[in-house]
Amino acid sequence: MSIHQHLPALQVVVPMLIAPLVILMRGRGLAWAMATATSVMAFIIAVSLTNAVVEAGSVSYAMGSWQAPYGIELRVTAFSALLLLIVTAASTITLLFGKQSIDSQIEQHRQPMFYAAWLLALAGLVGIVVAGDAFNIFVFMEVSSLASYILIAAGPNRQAMPSVFKYLVMGTIGATFYLIGVGLIYMMTGTLNLADMEVRLQEVHDLKPIVVAAGFITVGLALKAAVFPLHVWLPNSYTYAPHMVTAFFAACATKVSLFVLLRFEFLVFQPNLVDYAGQFTAFLIPLAVIGILFASGVALFETHLKRLLAYSSVAQVGYILLGASMATAAGLTAGIMHMFNHALAKGALFLAIACLATQVSNLRLNKLGGIARKMPWTMAAFVVGGLSLVGIPGTAGFISKWLLISAVLEKGTLGIFLVVAVLASSLMAVVYFWRIVEVAYFGDAPADGLTDGLTEGLTEQPVLQEAPKWMLFGTWFVALANIYYGLNPSLPLLLSSQAASNLLGQLP
Amino acid sequence: MSGDWQILAALLVPLIGAIGVALVGSKRPNLRETVTFITAAVLLVVVWTLLPGLLAGERPEITVTEILPGLSLKFQIEPLGMMFAALASLLWIVNSIYSVGYMRGNKEQHQTRFYVLFAVALSAVMGIAFAGNLLTLFIFYEILTLSTYPLVAHKGDAKTVASARIYLGILLATSIGLFLPAIIWTYMVTGTLDFVPGGILAGHLSGPAVGLLLVLFVFGIGKAALMPVHRWLPAAMVAPTPVSALLHAVAVVKAGVFTITKVIIYIFGVDLLAVEPSTDWLLYAAIFTVITASIIALRQTNLKRLLAYSTIAQLSYIVMAAAILTPMAETGASLHIVAHAFGKITLFFAAGSIYVASKKTEIGQLAGIGKRMPWTMAAFTIGALSMIGVPPTAGFVSKWYILGGAFQADSYIVIITLVLSTALNAAYFLPILYKAWFCDEDTALTNDHGNNHGESPTAMVVALTITAALTLLFMVLNQPVLDLESQLVGKI
Amino acid sequence: MELLGLYNYWAYVAILMIGFYAVIAKSNLIKKLIGLSIFQSAVFLLYITMDKVDGGTAPIIQAGVSDQIYSNPLPQVLILTAIVVGISTMALGLAIVVRIKESYGTIEEDQIHLLDQRK
Repeated sequence: MSIHQHLPALQVVVPMLIAPLVILMRGRGLAWAMATATSVMAFIIAVSLTNAVVEAGSVSYAMGSWQAPYGIELRVTAFSALLLLIVTAASTITLLFGKQSIDSQIEQHRQPMFYAAWLLALAGLVGIVVAGDAFNIFVFMEVSSLASYILIAAGPNRQAMPSVFKYLVMGTIGATFYLIGVGLIYMMTGTLNLADMEVRLQEVHDLKPIVVAAGFITVGLALKAAVFPLHVWLPNSYTYAPHMVTAFFAACATKVSLFVLLRFEFLVFQPNLVDYAGQFTAFLIPLAVIGILFASGVALFETHLKRLLAYSSVAQVGYILLGASMATAAGLTAGIMHMFNHALAKGALFLAIACLATQVSNLRLNKLGGIARKMPWTMAAFVVGGLSLVGIPGTAGFISKWLLISAVLEKGTLGIFLVVAVLASSLMAVVYFWRIVEVAYFGDAPADGLTDGLTEGLTEQPVLQEAPKWMLFGTWFVALANIYYGLNPSLPLLLSSQAASNLLGQLP
Repeated sequence: MSGDWQILAALLVPLIGAIGVALVGSKRPNLRETVTFITAAVLLVVVWTLLPGLLAGERPEITVTEILPGLSLKFQIEPLGMMFAALASLLWIVNSIYSVGYMRGNKEQHQTRFYVLFAVALSAVMGIAFAGNLLTLFIFYEILTLSTYPLVAHKGDAKTVASARIYLGILLATSIGLFLPAIIWTYMVTGTLDFVPGGILAGHLSGPAVGLLLVLFVFGIGKAALMPVHRWLPAAMVAPTPVSALLHAVAVVKAGVFTITKVIIYIFGVDLLAVEPSTDWLLYAAIFTVITASIIALRQTNLKRLLAYSTIAQLSYIVMAAAILTPMAETGASLHIVAHAFGKITLFFAAGSIYVASKKTEIGQLAGIGKRMPWTMAAFTIGALSMIGVPPTAGFVSKWYILGGAFQADSYIVIITLVLSTALNAAYFLPILYKAWFCDEDTALTNDHGNNHGESPTAMVVALTITAALTLLFMVLNQPVLDLESQLVGKI
Repeated sequence: MELLGLYNYWAYVAILMIGFYAVIAKSNLIKKLIGLSIFQSAVFLLYITMDKVDGGTAPIIQAGVSDQIYSNPLPQVLILTAIVVGISTMALGLAIVVRIKESYGTIEEDQIHLLDQRK
């Protein structure tokens, strides 16, 4: 067997096995180098898996050659390939370009632990994506969650601690709900393999436990995915986490939970439960719409830059769900496409914020007046990311907005209301984003060194300057990717439309 | 000569110029301005050499990349876009001459940023002019909005930023809230967004839906400043005068009416609009804007704001002419795009020239200024006469065609509107001319406001003389536009 | 008496709700964690109770015994994993509580909230 056949397993195993080794790397920068190299490797594996998927449709791997449904199956489809790309790329870019930011926020002696946790989070996230059975998804979900609690708790402020605690409690409840649902399905079908589940469910006559299971799984995963109104853990966690951790998680963490949610909803429940598609739609559309409008509304009045973007993330989860809740090929394509595009936009924005944070310690809006004059490149990248978030044509965000509106319009009258909601929230995004731009470009310039308020009166005032070149380079890399995929979205579009038809293949 | 690469060149030349200007930077202003001039000149050559081929019937097109399935980033040249691009590229050079005088004479900050964004805006204008489908047009429409925002907010003080916010807010909100849904609706109904002579909607949509879609389009294209989405234009007057002149008398607003005309001709199709009674409102909306904006202009005391409201009225002339739907009126609409551009840029140049020389912005301060600034005020006079439509100026030609179109269609309300608005134009321009030429200087102001000024910097005088001359010449030299239009009207 | 016959499931639901109540209602972070632990344990019970086959014994294959009924071993294995996950979560949660106590001087949620507000 060539190494190619083992790629699905290696995708998870490589970061997971290297994680403990990283702890031993005490030398300066060694841990970072090792973690980055691992992440790059994971990205390469993800790319070759994507290639294989584009050629062959899907890749299945039986752990230890024990065939499914008895053995553990790893399965890479178009949908998972897309998420693998998002996750590994987000991790690689943040690690590769974020060293300076991490160095400034994490003490040297804690760094090996930090990078080990990072790799575990990465392993967990890719594990969720490649796992073919429900219980392994749970285990990987907890691996990634535990690691992410650690990463977020590494934030420099003490507020990080209560936020992580909240996240931990809510995350555990979500995972436990999911476990209950899986248990109920196992009781009725005797299998944990997702593919096997959908086959065996057809022979189950008493579907009541399955309906209950659907409820538990939906709510549990919605909690993990920060679906409104279960999002309350997210804003503070993202705000107080180290900047690079925020950039990494904002790009991919909630999307992985949505991935699991969509797989369960469309592959397991919808084909087998009578009227389930209708219930699913009726349940999710209001949540998605209220979430979009509510979170955008909060973002309008938020003054802390990171929390503002975190609320915007909650709104964007709503977009993805709205597309998915259409339960049509066009809708699912739009939702899945938005996972990719939102990762690009938010990635660029949070990287730009990390660049800002190298010079400014307080990220509240009123402290950022005129910052663009001191850091023109950083803010320009921020603007590009913001435009993509708003959905200005020529950027990646526009593609998903276009697809979403087209999909929603297929719904007739209801669609028109939904379009109004989507457009209203786009306009809100313009407002909350432009508030930042105005402050940064036209606000009263801070005298050098007064940005902190605390350094006032000290003999030596730090001079505001542009962020480190290497970080800027990474930020611009992602910002330009927003434009590239806004003009040439064929790859993500191919994967997401294939993913959508895979998901819908089972529907009548 | 193959026109395909020239389309891309027209887009890229200003962008390369922008990079060049940015690289040279503010350390070497003379070199920087030279880069701007070279860029503008190259662009002029690139665009104008396309003209003969187009007149011979060529329709060069190029597809760059597929953005969405079935939707490409695609450019195609047709008469209307050719005219728009030729106009913008011609006036960019003149405007650059003027900018140098204005920016230096006024000692403005951030001059490099100014020239860079100006070039980017021109690239966006080329994209709009040569867009081969609605999606491409929309992309460049938004780029134009975004690249001009910093130009409007150039001064950077609180008042300017607030005005710029109105500018951006209205343009983005209308384009995202109305224009984009209209485009998507069109796409879902017809499965294409290409500009096809005769329209793509016929046979796919009928009844009140056509009227509703037209509402989305017309008000979504906020750059056309049809009331009530006109407020961004007066707000944008806080910008430096070269910006007001080129962008808000020519490029941006003309991009708006150009887009509307293009949507009418190539998306709806004149025939469809003619048979659908639900679309008649467009004519009345335009008439309402013409009259109302003219009346508001009467009451303005600030010169630039007066010009802004005059622009709003004149833009609706074009929309109105396009909405008459007769061949002669369509020709008139196209002619008026050019004629108004020459006239209004002259007026703005003059206003800026007055500001640089004397720091005067209010109409009340202009008494006797004609003696101090004869060139400027002569140009202003020509521009004003063109706005009113007096021969021998450009405005006369276009008004003639629009009037002819109105008679073709037996549309008496348009004829009445034209007469009434001509009177109103005269009512707000003639007093200024009278005051400037025939009143004596207000001696009370002499000392306070430094009335001992002469003409503005030479560069500015040269620029406004050129545009004034163009305004006069267009009276006789309008054949190329007519030739282009005959190709277009022949299709209708 | 079918409903009573499912007493093990009733017990699971009751324990689940007790744990859930503690997580939501208690403001002391340690008590919240205890609640969380109870909450998770309830799910372990669900799995354990579902694998029980009437008359079954521990699933160990013995030489010479052929017609023995076994309980389902899979859920037990699953729950061993879930217990490990639960313990890790608990350990991490407690560690965070220690850090909170160090930096805030309290482990009462409302007081922490007040301290954050003041800053």
